[in-house]
Amino acid sequence: MIGLAKFGSTFLSSVVQAPQLRPEAASSIAEGVDHLYFVLTFITLFFTIAIFSTIFFFMVKYRRRAENEVPPDIEQNLPLELAWTIIPTLICAGLFLWASSLYFENSRPPSASTEIFVIGKQWMWHIQHPEGVREINELHVPEGVPVKLTMTSEDVIHDFYIPAFRVKKDVIPGRYSSLWFQATKVGTYHLFCAQYCGADHAEMLGWVYVMSPADYETWLSSGTPSQTMEKTGEQIFNKLGCASCHQPDGTGRGPSLVGIYGKEEELKSGEKRLVDEAFIRQAIINPNSVTLRNYPPIMPTFRGQINEEQVLQLIAYVKSLASEERNSNGK
Amino acid sequence: MADLAVHNTHPPGFAHQFEDMEQQREAGSLGMWVFLLTELMFFGGLFASYIIYRALYLPSFEIGSHLLEVKFGALNTAVLIGSSLTMALAIRSAQVGRRGAQVGFLTATMILGAAFLFFKFTFEWHHDYIEHLVPGFGFVIRPEWGAAGAHVPLFFCFYFFMTGLHALHMIIGLGILTVLTLMAHRGRFNPHYYSPLEVSGLYWHFVDIVWIFLFPLLYLIGGRYIGGGH
Amino acid sequence: MSTATLDVHEVPTGSRVNYLNAQYGVKSWLLTTDHKRIALLYLASITLMFFVGGFFAVLMRLHLIEPQGALVQPETYNKLFTMHGVIMVFFFLVPSIPATLGNFLVPMMIGARDLAFPRLNLLSWYIYIIGAIFTLYAVISGGVDTGWTFYTPYSSSFSHTSVIPTALGVFITGFSSILTGLNFVVTIHKMRAPGLTWFRLPLFIWAIYATSIIFILGTPVIAITLFLLGLERLLHIGIFDPAIGGDPILFQHLFWFYSHPAVYIMILPGMGVMSELITCFSRKRIFGYGFVAFSSLAIAFISFLVWGHHMFVTGQSIYAGLIFSVLSFMVAIPSAVKVFNWTATLYKGSISYDAPMLYALGFIGLFTMGGLTGLFLASLATDVHLNGTYFIVAHFHYIMVGGAVMAYLGGIHFWWPKIAGRLYPDGWARFAALVIFVGFNLTFFPQFMLGYLGMPRRYAVYPAEFQVLNVMSSAGASILGIGYLIPLIYLTWSMRYGPAAGPNPWGAKGLEWQTPSPPPTENFEEIPVVTEEAYDYAHTTVTRG
Repeated sequence: MIGLAKFGSTFLSSVVQAPQLRPEAASSIAEGVDHLYFVLTFITLFFTIAIFSTIFFFMVKYRRRAENEVPPDIEQNLPLELAWTIIPTLICAGLFLWASSLYFENSRPPSASTEIFVIGKQWMWHIQHPEGVREINELHVPEGVPVKLTMTSEDVIHDFYIPAFRVKKDVIPGRYSSLWFQATKVGTYHLFCAQYCGADHAEMLGWVYVMSPADYETWLSSGTPSQTMEKTGEQIFNKLGCASCHQPDGTGRGPSLVGIYGKEEELKSGEKRLVDEAFIRQAIINPNSVTLRNYPPIMPTFRGQINEEQVLQLIAYVKSLASEERNSNGK
Repeated sequence: MADLAVHNTHPPGFAHQFEDMEQQREAGSLGMWVFLLTELMFFGGLFASYIIYRALYLPSFEIGSHLLEVKFGALNTAVLIGSSLTMALAIRSAQVGRRGAQVGFLTATMILGAAFLFFKFTFEWHHDYIEHLVPGFGFVIRPEWGAAGAHVPLFFCFYFFMTGLHALHMIIGLGILTVLTLMAHRGRFNPHYYSPLEVSGLYWHFVDIVWIFLFPLLYLIGGRYIGGGH
Repeated sequence: MSTATLDVHEVPTGSRVNYLNAQYGVKSWLLTTDHKRIALLYLASITLMFFVGGFFAVLMRLHLIEPQGALVQPETYNKLFTMHGVIMVFFFLVPSIPATLGNFLVPMMIGARDLAFPRLNLLSWYIYIIGAIFTLYAVISGGVDTGWTFYTPYSSSFSHTSVIPTALGVFITGFSSILTGLNFVVTIHKMRAPGLTWFRLPLFIWAIYATSIIFILGTPVIAITLFLLGLERLLHIGIFDPAIGGDPILFQHLFWFYSHPAVYIMILPGMGVMSELITCFSRKRIFGYGFVAFSSLAIAFISFLVWGHHMFVTGQSIYAGLIFSVLSFMVAIPSAVKVFNWTATLYKGSISYDAPMLYALGFIGLFTMGGLTGLFLASLATDVHLNGTYFIVAHFHYIMVGGAVMAYLGGIHFWWPKIAGRLYPDGWARFAALVIFVGFNLTFFPQFMLGYLGMPRRYAVYPAEFQVLNVMSSAGASILGIGYLIPLIYLTWSMRYGPAAGPNPWGAKGLEWQTPSPPPTENFEEIPVVTEEAYDYAHTTVTRG
């Protein structure tokens, strides 16, 4: 059954290979999504044509030949009703299971992903590589390596869409969203904003450049030398006075942040939360909503004092504190 | 024709799209139940949003709730429940054909409803306005609220919207009651025809029930000490 | 099996008083409580709104023939698509069949003299008009550019356009729907003629009943949502604006909780019309009456459970996505059942090709395609690629235009002789149906392809490689526009110059066809007593007359 579907979809995909009908497939999941798309297309065309032709056939065969002709009364047919209820249900069940399993795979980034950060704002994309390189409306990525994008918006809801990779995710102010992909073909691909965001929504375009890993490394280190996100984050950490409460040895008024990323902590309310990017952002913007147990709720909010890019840099710094501890322990 | 003879015996208040009074009564009753269902969905959307933000910002909502005067909320609850009682008694009076009692109980319902609105507007809303607790009208975030202060206006926004929407329904109810009282005074209701009273009674009880949910949700967050005020 | 012909109920000769000429004068129309006149008031209003919304669509498609935009500035384009959506959804599609055909036919089909609450019915129309005035004011005072979906925080905190008047207009008009739904539910429950049990009802009534349930349960939620949006815009409290602690995704949940069932408000009545047309023009009872009746209820029920499929890429949890996905597949099944039953009804029928039937056939094919493309969107993996693109635009236009509007036109053409008492030129009617069908497909089929290729929606300008498909779509739109103008012309013409229609020009079953055309104000001299099943063509024939 799956084989038949695959055959059908391969046949269809060979028919619609002409560039104007099918977008480029440049990621590891694109073929899988396209297979499902072609099967869905086949089902749609099959049933549409089947219904249309049946109707057309009946229209002709049973056209009214005399003004007062009375057709026979057709018995209701329960088995037929059940058949055409159950068969579509089974088809839908099959499609649901296939689509969902693809979706599961496509939603979970492999653990060794390269992380890149995206900030959408009216009407441009700011891209920030951890090594410090920044781009506007352009995203350079290495081929064959899983890449995870962590994204947020400075203003309204945007949407990060790379058709060639078959990936898309809303970019929402006040929270982080993420998507992952693994590019499989060197080349240049469209990047679109796919959630209406105001006047220049249609101009919020960009380009994704997939390069060989070697070229990517070259590109990263070329151009003006830039500071890593961690280093910039450390500077912000000191400038805003975070260091005065968050001493590394825990003697300050706030908890030590060494090794805190990735841990599960208990809040004052008793709730247990994982310290991930979203948690750290919340701690900076709305601290009293995530005060840890045994600590007073006195941390001031930094909402309005730093922008989303700086928040991401701070997060990079906090994440690096974990590895520092490991380094110092390992010595 | 047979129709004409039947027509002459239809009681006053009969609407001609119906076949008989029985159908009219049933239609009116069903119509009010369906309308109340729409009101449930209307308030429901509001309650759902309120519950979500209360969960997100509980400290702020506690502060806001403690700034409300429970004694007035409780008084108003008693007043409204009393008015539902008088409304039910008005309907009972119609069922047993006592015109004076009808008018009396309907008037009592109106007085209690008006008292509710009076207490609310003068002692609660006006007081809140003076205390700078009305969002959009000079709301002042007090330093003693601390970090949770930022979201206290959100509590009051919901408070005024929910109690305001409720008050609007009460005012409409008072209008309906005025009309009913006049009709009762003119002897329009009798043991065979009192469906406007019944149907309006349903509406009034619904408005009462909404308040019974509003009161604990808004006034009693975080509990209260008995006899200790806030 | 006897085939005795049933004579149409005799009308006293010389009695030409009907609901149209019973009273003259503007006041007799503006203060009417006759459901038939109110239906015509609605017909005039929604036709006006249709052409206003359609005009914006024409401007949009003209603009999009050039990649850099041929007609207007992007800010204006953004207003055009917003206002096109708001007007078409709230002021045309939602009221269309229920407020015109529903108001006219529900009492007649069940053998009643009027709806349960005639004055409430008139109030519903006035509320609609007031809402429309607010929205048209917003259009004139500079327009609104948030998209008909009003997503926050753009609509609450960033847009500088007339958001509040528009939201207020939609809010107000919502009450028109609620009251209409209430009226229909009570009427259908309590005022059926003697002998007319639930399972003898025309399927149009079942469809209107299911639609009314959605009106009643869903519309209040959009009302509250828009009210909260207005509050946020005025007071900046932090309900939906994340910069001050609000949740923009909460807005989407509240919005779609109504707006998804709303799309079933738009299609269910059309499906009801289908059942009437198919049975009449194949002169057979519907195949699977029970299944078709219950499928309407099933669709209404499940429609409330699927709203999250509009939000698969908002960062919803995978598990929420799974639940909404499986329910979205489920809601497709009852629709499929209907399509199969309609097709089976044609088997061994006696089929005539009158204009209403052509619209019905167009509906079935286009609705099938539109519905099946919904499966692409219920499938999580493909929805990720297709969401926010022209695929979505094509999908919903196939259902709303290829489905609902075709059904609406089919219904108008079917019941026009009853409503106006006049016949329209059949040749022109069939020609228009064909033009609309061709124009529609040319407009919207290329948009499926554009979406799959990756062109996002709501784009005032686009990359040049998408131009060919855009030009095809715009060409189709011009044909479609002409197609819609043709019925406007001949139906208006027929009101004065069309030949008089007899009581039952199509030879259809149904209580509405047992009255003169146009009917008298009180519908029936004597309330009929029903003794036969619905669409009982096999046992008692009705000749055209």
